[in-house]
Amino acid sequence: MPQIGSFTLLFALALGAYSFLAGIIAIYRGDDRLGETARRAGIAIFVAVTAAALALVIAAFSNDFSVAYIMHHSNRDLPIQYKFAALWSGQEGSLLFWCWLLSGYALVLRVRHKVDTRLVAHASVIIAAVQVFFLLLVNFAAPPFSIVQGTIPADGNGLNPLLQYPEMVIHPPMLYLGYVGMTVPFAFALAALIMRYPGEKWIHITRRWTMVGWGFLTCGIFLGAHWAYAVLGWGGYWGWDPVENASLLPWLTGTAFLHSVMMQEKRGMMKTWNMWLIFSTFLLSIFGTFLTRSGIVSSVHAFAQSGIGPWFVAFLALTAATCVFFYVKNRSHLVSEHKLESLISRESSFLFNNVLLLVSCFAVLWGTLFPVLSEWVQGTKVTVGPPFFNRVNVPIAMVLLVLTGVGPLLAWRKTSIGSLSKNFAIPGIVALCVAIALMIGGMRPWQDVATFYSLMAITLATLVTATIFSEFWRGGRVIARHNDSNVLAGMIQLTRRNTRRYGGYIVHLGVVIVIIGFAGVTFNQDSEQELGFGDKMQLGAYTLVCRSYTQDDKPNYHSEWAIIDVMKGGKQIDTLFPERRFYKASEQTATIVANRSTLKEDLYLVYTGRNPDTGRPILKAHLNPLVMWIWVGAHILLIGTIIALIPNMAASRVPSNARERLAEAEAAARTGTVVGSD
Amino acid sequence: MKSKKSHTIFRRFALVAILASIFLLGATDSPEARFSRIGHNMMCMCGCNQVLLECNHVGCTYSDGMRNELTAGLQRGDSDNLIEQAFVQKYGNTVLAAPTTTGFNRVAWIMPFLIFTLAMGAVVVVIRTWKMRAPAPSPAAPGVSVEALSDLRARARKETEL
Repeated sequence: MPQIGSFTLLFALALGAYSFLAGIIAIYRGDDRLGETARRAGIAIFVAVTAAALALVIAAFSNDFSVAYIMHHSNRDLPIQYKFAALWSGQEGSLLFWCWLLSGYALVLRVRHKVDTRLVAHASVIIAAVQVFFLLLVNFAAPPFSIVQGTIPADGNGLNPLLQYPEMVIHPPMLYLGYVGMTVPFAFALAALIMRYPGEKWIHITRRWTMVGWGFLTCGIFLGAHWAYAVLGWGGYWGWDPVENASLLPWLTGTAFLHSVMMQEKRGMMKTWNMWLIFSTFLLSIFGTFLTRSGIVSSVHAFAQSGIGPWFVAFLALTAATCVFFYVKNRSHLVSEHKLESLISRESSFLFNNVLLLVSCFAVLWGTLFPVLSEWVQGTKVTVGPPFFNRVNVPIAMVLLVLTGVGPLLAWRKTSIGSLSKNFAIPGIVALCVAIALMIGGMRPWQDVATFYSLMAITLATLVTATIFSEFWRGGRVIARHNDSNVLAGMIQLTRRNTRRYGGYIVHLGVVIVIIGFAGVTFNQDSEQELGFGDKMQLGAYTLVCRSYTQDDKPNYHSEWAIIDVMKGGKQIDTLFPERRFYKASEQTATIVANRSTLKEDLYLVYTGRNPDTGRPILKAHLNPLVMWIWVGAHILLIGTIIALIPNMAASRVPSNARERLAEAEAAARTGTVVGSD
Repeated sequence: MKSKKSHTIFRRFALVAILASIFLLGATDSPEARFSRIGHNMMCMCGCNQVLLECNHVGCTYSDGMRNELTAGLQRGDSDNLIEQAFVQKYGNTVLAAPTTTGFNRVAWIMPFLIFTLAMGAVVVVIRTWKMRAPAPSPAAPGVSVEALSDLRARARKETEL
């Protein structure tokens, strides 16, 4: 297997180099036949890299410990799903996985070349260049099929226990699909710039691909947060670790692009801005990968320090130089067709939204790199942890939330204060009522800054939600009146007729629900106690009673766990089993959190260890309000993304007279809300 | 008229700011709240990269001792600053979870807010400048009219609704 894997990777590299060089020559000479061979070579890369990835997976399944990577990341008793996950558990395997995903994306692009043959030919060459870089890495800098020197061990070192969790089977692929997915819009954008693409078709293609990558990245980030919450056992979901930050950077610029692209599509504005947003998103994806893998910053879950850092630096420099060169050469192609006409307009709100997202991106990047900078300037390292990131990013998030609420109420070009006040009145009053109700209910924003932000977050989230519902309600009601149906059916039809706009609103709804979940962190409580048989522990309204504690021995690990009865109001409502495992192969311990999750709060139990003197378990209990809202919001956010990706309902499927009536209805809805369509 | 309106808006903002300041200044600080606040501003030094009060490292040899030191400092009646200084002297600068506001570390705090202010200012200036310019749209490229580009855009949108 290692020989097959190594050979197919070399073959893939040769194919990539051919696809790149032949592609350039074909474009330069206008030779379609040569271009076709370059395209087919590009498709063949997928076959070769798939074969290599399969070879590594088969080596893991067959316990082939002659392969150093398998020896380091697998063992005989490792459950089958985690043997599969070993493919992306280490540096070399994950780079191979990256190559495979990239070849998959490139396959789709090259197979669908008839969308625009010339544009795809250019984009294909750019993707081939990226493929060559990653194939060079897996062939020479971090080969996954290296053979163990000397005696082959009888068993492997096993997979890191923290990675032996069902979500780890899907979290890295999702995150990688997001990172790698950003290559495609980058390739289209750079291709359009290089060839001075006439018209705006490229921006539509780029937007859809960015949305796909953004959706996967979002999914990956939330899965990672959930994994951290469920596995790491510290009661939180986001620690502002450099690796987490690395995933957030391209997400922020990608989000900015998905908003500002509307200005280009609608009004032919911000062309240069959008081009650089796409370039930045791609460069930040690569930069994040560099941060994770080079060992430049210390992180709890970065890959081990390795020598691939200089490769990434060279690639980043070369890519940035290429972008700058073609931008300088062809920047006249990106001149804006219109200018902003008013401070109170949809365009301005997008501009402010973009600036805030980029400032947030800068703050995250700055905080992540400041320890390195400090060491360089002062000679001493400093820690930049959660207090810094929260203090800097929370106010930005609040302003962004305001814009999320106000933005949809603004019309393109110009909005009068009168119409804005009219549309803003009901959502504003609802939000104010919620704020007053929360203060009456015991929330005291003057007690501390965290409570102040919490109240503000929930109030603004209410404002955005009210705005979104009013948008759906008004449009749905008009359509329902014209179709003689109910408002809900009207809303569904409205969404189907403009999936992008209403899918976007659903994404916003998901975001506000997530933010409400974040706001709950201010009211977290925790307690730690040693519990013997029948001992009790009080946390909030819950009484935890230790029914028993025991231990178990499995082939892969040894475990200790407690049986805890959860009582509320004198009644038993649940039984939880917090556990601690000792993994034999890797000789590492891991906690298995027991979590009772409701919409109101999570009761989160961690088995922290045993008192060596008494032999009794020590449990840490957290009461985390509103955490489930985060996961619910994430689902809604992803549903909204999928809806936004679905093409609008085909006009041909609607009878012509109904279509006319619907067009009228939409026009009436627009006039009523003073909102331009997306 | 316009000036009067902007003064009213300014007065409203000032009122909100003063009220918010009064609320925040009037904040009370229980020992538990201080323990939580200081403990969340420091890192556990066992190498787990976790905030002190969130370190759940099984068998961590640092966090328990550090928490006890924090409790002792609070019981002695030491100020937040004194407690933090004691930790810095014992464990080094990296024990603080965020950069201090002295010396070069100040740059860490200033930069994001400076960028924020400059960026927001730049947006306002750009919008005002564009607004003051002639309303006639500028052509995207020589020989191509805006109408033609708008048509192209509309056609491309139809073609690419995949």
